[in-house]
Amino acid sequence: MRIRKITPGVVLALLAASAAGCGSSGKAGQATSQTLTYWASNQGTSLDNDRQVLQPELDKFTRQTGIKVKLQVIGWPDLLNRILAATTSGQGPDVLNIGNTWSASLQSTGALLPFDDATLAKIGGKGRFLGPSLAATGAAGKAPAGVPLYGQAYALYYNKKMFAAAGIDHPPATWPELVADGKKLTHGGQWGLTLQAGQVTENAHHAAILGAQQGAQLFDSAGKPHLSSPQEVAAIKQYVDLMAVDKIVNPSDAEYTDTSTSLKDVATGKAAMFMNQASQGSFKLVGMKLDDLGVTPIPFPAPVPAGGRHVNSFVAGINLSVFKNTKNRDAALKFVKFMDSADEQKILNKTYGSLPVVSDAYSDPAFQTPATKVFQQVLATSAEPLPEVPQESQFETLVGGAMKTMFADAANGKPITDEYVRAKLDQVDQQLAASG
Amino acid sequence: MTSTTSPPAVERAAGEPDRRPARSRRKRPALPYLLLLPALLFELLIHIVPMFVGIGMSLLHLTQFFIRNWSAAPGAGLSNYRLAVDFHAPVGAALLRSFWTTVKFTVLSVGLSCLFGMAAAVLMQGSFRGRGLLRTLFLVPYALPLYAAVITWAFMLQRDNGLVNHLLGDDLHVVGTNTHAPFWLIGGNSFVSLVAVSVWRSWPFAFLILMAGLQNIPADLYEASALDGASWWRQLRSVTLPMLRPVNQVLVLVLFLWTFNDFNTPYVLFGKSAPLQADLISIHIYQSSFVTWNFGSGSAMSVLLLLFLLLVTAVYLVSTGRRRSDV
Repeated sequence: MRIRKITPGVVLALLAASAAGCGSSGKAGQATSQTLTYWASNQGTSLDNDRQVLQPELDKFTRQTGIKVKLQVIGWPDLLNRILAATTSGQGPDVLNIGNTWSASLQSTGALLPFDDATLAKIGGKGRFLGPSLAATGAAGKAPAGVPLYGQAYALYYNKKMFAAAGIDHPPATWPELVADGKKLTHGGQWGLTLQAGQVTENAHHAAILGAQQGAQLFDSAGKPHLSSPQEVAAIKQYVDLMAVDKIVNPSDAEYTDTSTSLKDVATGKAAMFMNQASQGSFKLVGMKLDDLGVTPIPFPAPVPAGGRHVNSFVAGINLSVFKNTKNRDAALKFVKFMDSADEQKILNKTYGSLPVVSDAYSDPAFQTPATKVFQQVLATSAEPLPEVPQESQFETLVGGAMKTMFADAANGKPITDEYVRAKLDQVDQQLAASG
Repeated sequence: MTSTTSPPAVERAAGEPDRRPARSRRKRPALPYLLLLPALLFELLIHIVPMFVGIGMSLLHLTQFFIRNWSAAPGAGLSNYRLAVDFHAPVGAALLRSFWTTVKFTVLSVGLSCLFGMAAAVLMQGSFRGRGLLRTLFLVPYALPLYAAVITWAFMLQRDNGLVNHLLGDDLHVVGTNTHAPFWLIGGNSFVSLVAVSVWRSWPFAFLILMAGLQNIPADLYEASALDGASWWRQLRSVTLPMLRPVNQVLVLVLFLWTFNDFNTPYVLFGKSAPLQADLISIHIYQSSFVTWNFGSGSAMSVLLLLFLLLVTAVYLVSTGRRRSDV
């Protein structure tokens, strides 16, 4: 009797709840038809700085096309999780920035609109983009999961004043020179080199660059991970040894998790060298005089290891992708075309200190400085994409995390042996295999 | 609630002796249920449904290829569980290590929190000048927003510029300085840091609960025992602690569950990848699902954690309940 009395109430409440749910989703669909949502990654010195840089450009786009763009700048620690959540729920932005190394991983989820030739034609065709950057947009043989937006590469920054004070007249070209120079530069409270040793993705990037120099193949053609190969063990040991054996890196760097700490170390003379992506703008903001800042490609091992590839960087950068679920595909593509137009490429890359990804933007004198030319040269001739496999982002997290642990052990005085490195990488291989 | 004795007089006067009491008797029981209904619905929505979705996920091979369309994910049977409990393979071994780290962490954190909370509550039992101020001060860690508090700890624990090394090294000379300064956020010490921050955060809760418990102990008991010549220590052991047992029983259980599952403290303190020595199970499961995009495997680990916590809670409640009934 009682239950019968209550049931209608429950049913009513449930109906009301579900009706409310329908109502709100219907409204959301209507509201987005005129407006694009754009998730931008953090490229400037802060999320606020990014908003200030991007908003005028978005306003320009609105004036040109009448399409409004709602901007959300998302910090790097959250971006991938946000994209995963959007993928799972299907409720995502229309256009978004992704780290280009995630291309193949995100491509495999099917969440991003494939840029087949017809789609590419709508935004000006494949031919406009720089080859290496375009190669970092997804697995080979599949339609790209996006198009390049900002180009980046790694190089070695050095403090010219500190080099002069140590009597070093040219930057290191080989790894032994780097170590020798580093030793000369390490004394008192000053260190030869600073590393973001506690930063997972940075570590993984260096594992890939140095691995390529040693001739390592991180994944075979079937996509199976081979991180514990002797070449990769050598590469990672070579990197950790900068702190553990060569002692040219401050052990405190094992705690460094953001770029600005390392930039400040170079600017204030606490460290003389730093391997990083193009970051003159950020250097300037932490008080570095750009005249005192030198740039040279990341040194190469000498003698060259058997099978080593002549690589100074991986093809770094940011891609622009369209969420497949978007209801505004045409507007989204118009926005992509706008962001990759020669004018916008000049304005944005100049502000962020990154490299244009379309060849017609390089005419601007801002991209003809010696520092930019080093990065440009590296990106064009001696950069290879990170493995374009679905497990790439897991690779970054697992290898980078393992290296963070290695640095923590090195900082606490634990000896870093080949066996130790191999055991750690072996574990990563098995974890990758288990997650696949 | 059943107040059926007084109304009849009124009803009879109204000339409807039979129908009205029947209606009110039938109507009234529905009201509490209706009032509970929103809570019940939200409980279902927020706790029960996700729990069952989690159990469902643990039986799927839910990797990045299928998150966009779960229904396409192939069934995994119990393989996710098999992977998690295969302690000879790296995934299972890492989970087991993380589990033991969490057990150690929880025992230390809950034990110390209860100890500090009890000590402070007992010492503040008598009234003295400044007691209110001290009580407020003690509760500050509990009142601070977690993120702000823990990030401040992360700054203080930095090796080069942190306050902790400055105090212990430069001022007190207990630890080395400069190149000999200890690390607190990486390596073995990270476990110590984690326990310290966790105790700092949770002991005020123990203090608050025990303080409330102490208010309920009748003063006569202390007077009687004092007349019998009991010392302060004897009073603590024979009056205070036994009287607090029911409070303690709940306190320990709640703190245990919170601490064992604590995600925020290690996440804010160490970021996404915690040092091995402080790799708590919640962070570990997060890593296993979000970072490696293998949500099936992560869910299986979560279900195992849930079962473990259920088991511990049941055993705890049965054993403490029995002991209480023995007394």
